[in-house]
Amino acid sequence: MSTEERPKKLDLNRNDMPRQPPEIRRHNFNEVALGYTQDLAMTEAKRCMQCKKPRCVTGCPVEIDIPGFISFVTKGDFASGIKRLKEKNCLPAVCGRVCPQESQCESQCILKNKGAEVAIGRIERFLADWEASAGAVEMPARPKSTGKKVAVVGSGPAGVTVAGDLILLGHEVTIFEALHRAGGVLTYGIPEFRLPKRIVAREVDYVQKLGVNVVTNFVVGKTRTVDELLEEYDALFIATGAGLPWFMNIPGENLNGVYSANEYLTRMNLMQGYKFPASSTPVRKHSRVAVVGGGNVAMDSARTALRMGAKEVHIIYRRSMNELPARHEEVENAEEEGVIFDVLTLPLQYIGDENGWLKEVECLKMELGEPDASGRRRPVEVKDSNFRTEFDALVCAVGNSPNPLIPATTAGLEVTRHGTIVADPETGKTTRDRIWAGGDIVTGAATVILAMGAGRKAARSIHAYLS
Amino acid sequence: MNRIVQRTMIVPNMHLLELEAPEIASKIRPGQFVIVRPDEEGERVPLSVADWDEEKGTITIVFMEVGASTGQLASLKAGDTVPTCVGPLGNATEIAPFGTVMLVAGCYGIGSIYPVARELKKQGNKVLTVIEARSSYLLYWLDKFVGLSDKIFSITRDGSQGLKGHVSRLTEIVNGLPKPPDRIIVNGCTYLMAHTSEITRSMGIPTVVNLNPIMIDGTGMCGVCRVTVTGKMKFACVDGPEFNGHEVDWKEFLARRKQYMDEEALPFRRSEPKPAIHKEGKCQA
Repeated sequence: MSTEERPKKLDLNRNDMPRQPPEIRRHNFNEVALGYTQDLAMTEAKRCMQCKKPRCVTGCPVEIDIPGFISFVTKGDFASGIKRLKEKNCLPAVCGRVCPQESQCESQCILKNKGAEVAIGRIERFLADWEASAGAVEMPARPKSTGKKVAVVGSGPAGVTVAGDLILLGHEVTIFEALHRAGGVLTYGIPEFRLPKRIVAREVDYVQKLGVNVVTNFVVGKTRTVDELLEEYDALFIATGAGLPWFMNIPGENLNGVYSANEYLTRMNLMQGYKFPASSTPVRKHSRVAVVGGGNVAMDSARTALRMGAKEVHIIYRRSMNELPARHEEVENAEEEGVIFDVLTLPLQYIGDENGWLKEVECLKMELGEPDASGRRRPVEVKDSNFRTEFDALVCAVGNSPNPLIPATTAGLEVTRHGTIVADPETGKTTRDRIWAGGDIVTGAATVILAMGAGRKAARSIHAYLS
Repeated sequence: MNRIVQRTMIVPNMHLLELEAPEIASKIRPGQFVIVRPDEEGERVPLSVADWDEEKGTITIVFMEVGASTGQLASLKAGDTVPTCVGPLGNATEIAPFGTVMLVAGCYGIGSIYPVARELKKQGNKVLTVIEARSSYLLYWLDKFVGLSDKIFSITRDGSQGLKGHVSRLTEIVNGLPKPPDRIIVNGCTYLMAHTSEITRSMGIPTVVNLNPIMIDGTGMCGVCRVTVTGKMKFACVDGPEFNGHEVDWKEFLARRKQYMDEEALPFRRSEPKPAIHKEGKCQA
């Protein structure tokens, strides 16, 4: 872009994205953020300084040409904008919604110092939604088949990316998914009100249209092992995510009414429990719900509980508001909707009634001490500050570890002591010949964009190997 | 999509479902289970597998109709399809030349223990089978056990076949043997497994149970199937479903089984219950 197209003077008015009002949205499962209109997207795009050395790009794990796609938006050339965006990001509708832009691209924006960084994520989302609604999705031509076959295990962001890239390089690709619907954590984990399932379905549908074969209801490690698949496939990519829920190993965790966040969210999202009894998987109504943890999954669980009709929902977190690992936007949404934050609070035990149902939660007050290894101030117990609160449900959202199913059934595949698969960060190559891995199964629970980036790198390496 | 080969009611409320699942049929071992979804909107129902035919590419399930989802499965006909039949899930039953093994089975467990009996026999064990039901007309597959069992005992609540009473009469059966079995394997309802474990604990007979908790994914992801075994949290879907019956916290397990009892009744309620109106000695509702 030439200099005259740059904004003449700084525009520090970051454009808000329209959202459903809190009083309304806390009673429905429709998407909370409604997205920019064309006008808003163009106005926001024009605020971009079009830096010569754009720092935002360095903040993006997949190095999207951010000023590039934004400059097309300023001109209203959305078709070129989405094309530029998709050169690096094959899941823009998803990333535009769930990427932590505030700690990635937007954190590097030159306008950040003035407190008015360009809303890159919102523009990204606008472009992806524009493309879908305009029916303008361009189907790239499929190259001549190389005759090579690749198996992808898991249909989350890493798996879908690797499949999308490899099919366009002429390889035959089959994705194996254990559940009955593709999308991985995007389908079973992230709620409808944050990431509508039709968007995930659209992305999966896109790679299927490119020619990727998606086999659902197939558990690799059980239905067939990795080694059995390698008899038929030339290469295999493992992207099985971080799906094993952690509990805290405190008394009462097996009481009825105590859920892992995975169970709670899977029941609601994948099994459509929020429609029960119109849907078939049973869901219980609760009136006072506690959610333990401070990440995005905790926010998702708390906000789901509100929408299911809970009178009061509390987040129980052992550090303070400043240390919450969830995206700022999600914390703000939760607060607006009426979630109560019991910070500096540590659960000690769950107490049940005579029938084994949760009745009370006993917690301890904490205070912040010296910073720990993560740089965050360490929570320290306040002596004799125990107290009990009545709750009839509790969702444990303190993290996940990688699913051990594949490492346990694949000899010679090296794993770390955390259970993640050892893979080269640049290529995704594992310690086993012909096997690559990427996403949360390698990094531990992380972000969609990182998983996508890993998929992209692995696709390059797999292609080099097959050629 | 899996095509139904046959679905028949073998005794009241107990159904046999044979469906095409070639990949599962070529891989499954005794004691493993599958998850079936009756339709596109359906619940994921974990079901023990009672038989399979690798050549034909089919698996056979025996299940009891207890709620809405099993009701849907019970109305399937040959030629219908189900959108999900995934597996084989869980670990296989540990089978070795143990010596004398007693199998205790009731309900759907009479079906699911059949492949266990077959494999035990193949490995040279002496197999004793105890089957339990409320009445003789609820017992099934006795003929299939004849060739596999050295002796078959039955217990019925009403005494219409074999011993009268419930599984507590196992004590007499065991005491009547020249020597106690080297191992007992139990398949069936939670009560049967819990009670058998209680009885055999004092006798010091190793007892293996095949747990049947509520599940969603069946691959270790949701954790709803968690069970306390020797004070440790285990996931029945990936750590089990078989556990040492003497080490399971049965009180907790029974409570967890009942988590959705109220909600499971909802689909059967056509409308909110109405108060009865009586006038002139007649119901007006």
